[in-house]
Amino acid sequence: MKNGREPVIVGVADAALADGKFVRDASVLGHMALVAKAAVEEAGLNLSDVDGLLTAGMWGVPGPGQLPTVSLGEYLGIMPIFVDGTNIGGSAFEAHVAHAAMALEKGYCEVALIVYGSDQRSLRSRNLSGRPSVLGMQHETPYGMPTPVGGYAMAAKRHMHEYGTTSEHLAEIAVATRKWAQLNPAATRRDDLSIDEVMNSGMISEPLHLLDCCLVTDGAGAIVMTTAERAKDLKSKPISVKGYGEAHTHWTISEMPDLAHLLPAKRAGETAMKMAGVSHSDIDVVQIYDSFTITVLLSLEALGFCKPGEGGPFVSNQNTAPGGAFPMNTSGGGLSALHPGMFGIFLLIEAARQLRGECGDRQVAGASTALVHGTGGTLSSGATVILQKD
Amino acid sequence: MSYDKPLPVIDHDSRPYWDAAREGRLDIPLCNGCGKHHFYPRTVCPHCHSNDLKFDTVSGRGTVHSFTIARRPAGPAFGDDVPYVVALIDLEEGPRMMSRIETDTPENVQIDAAVEVTFVKATDEVTFPYFRLSA
Repeated sequence: MKNGREPVIVGVADAALADGKFVRDASVLGHMALVAKAAVEEAGLNLSDVDGLLTAGMWGVPGPGQLPTVSLGEYLGIMPIFVDGTNIGGSAFEAHVAHAAMALEKGYCEVALIVYGSDQRSLRSRNLSGRPSVLGMQHETPYGMPTPVGGYAMAAKRHMHEYGTTSEHLAEIAVATRKWAQLNPAATRRDDLSIDEVMNSGMISEPLHLLDCCLVTDGAGAIVMTTAERAKDLKSKPISVKGYGEAHTHWTISEMPDLAHLLPAKRAGETAMKMAGVSHSDIDVVQIYDSFTITVLLSLEALGFCKPGEGGPFVSNQNTAPGGAFPMNTSGGGLSALHPGMFGIFLLIEAARQLRGECGDRQVAGASTALVHGTGGTLSSGATVILQKD
Repeated sequence: MSYDKPLPVIDHDSRPYWDAAREGRLDIPLCNGCGKHHFYPRTVCPHCHSNDLKFDTVSGRGTVHSFTIARRPAGPAFGDDVPYVVALIDLEEGPRMMSRIETDTPENVQIDAAVEVTFVKATDEVTFPYFRLSA
């Protein structure tokens, strides 16, 4: 039953990068303000129309980043009545879309703004020396666990052991994603890439090579949501949020229920697809969190695009590349376009642009339904969103 | 020489575990409610949520569930260790824990390999339960 309060995306924006760094000079909050302004203006709204604010990030901690919606709201000069600072890692923004959708459906807010920003590349602040050795981490960090790559490597090793998945399979994902990046002028890495080059790119944490790992870049992105009724008066083409789901299972990798099967993706995906009333054959384009190549392979299986253990054959022969049967990560993903620490918001932005038909050389012809799936932590969390154009 | 790698910040939950390791024992929580062990140590059982728990000395035997060979260190302090094996060990008693596998030949480590605990002193307060491949 439609009542006009169905949630829609009416604005998206991201910041321009050059060589993985912000083109403009601004603080991390300044970059977030600029993309927030661009996203609301794309819809024909103003920042003063925003009454729902959602964000997650790693800036300003300790300090203003400990209460990120409060600090960001103040910086933007807005006083929201619905807020959500849910932080479940890079998938937080897919969960934010879910929570904003519920707030809009309920009439709890009218215009919701989701924002992310990170200047980790410009600051050289990415801390790869391990997480502080407190609470659960006292049983990981002292052993020299490489974070976050080590947990993903252990999952890859286990998947290889159980199913015979190979490094070549994983390299197929990196190469296909690079081919999409070559069609995206905004992507950071656009040079040619072969499977051999991925396999010879240097071992980081066995069995994952350097080019199995995402980029480390700056980035800022924003999404504006409102109701279908309100969108009628706005200037952008609304994209409907048809379904959503979220789940998490563990923080330390030793507590992951099953290293070769990604339970958060299975749970979130099933919930989202059931809510949307869609099946796999209805999905035209897929954006899947690619912190590492193995993240994608595990997600594809858990989301049901192939059977458990068949992810390797599924991604073979460049099935997910431009011209392949399964268009995936069409911006060039976290592996080749950008990865500013938490990537999930950029999956949503790319999906919305694909459904609006704005993607130029990388446009998936006739795309009308998209699945977006984020993963956060160390395969800890998953959140899925189903988007559709009217 | 001083120890320059990260040390555990020991808390109320973990104190008996680290105390036992310093004395050469692997002690982990055992639930009087459901009879299951768990790791890492908590105040409430993650299986049945009873808080009737005690520390129990376990065998120190297990198998490798998965592992990675770190070819790049997790920070400069681990630079001299490279390459080193970080592994998830399935203890005979059920729980899975992270540790190191001490070996001169990392390439010989395999999933399902049998391992046993060995205690490696770091400081006067902290001794780590590492594992080595069973003979």
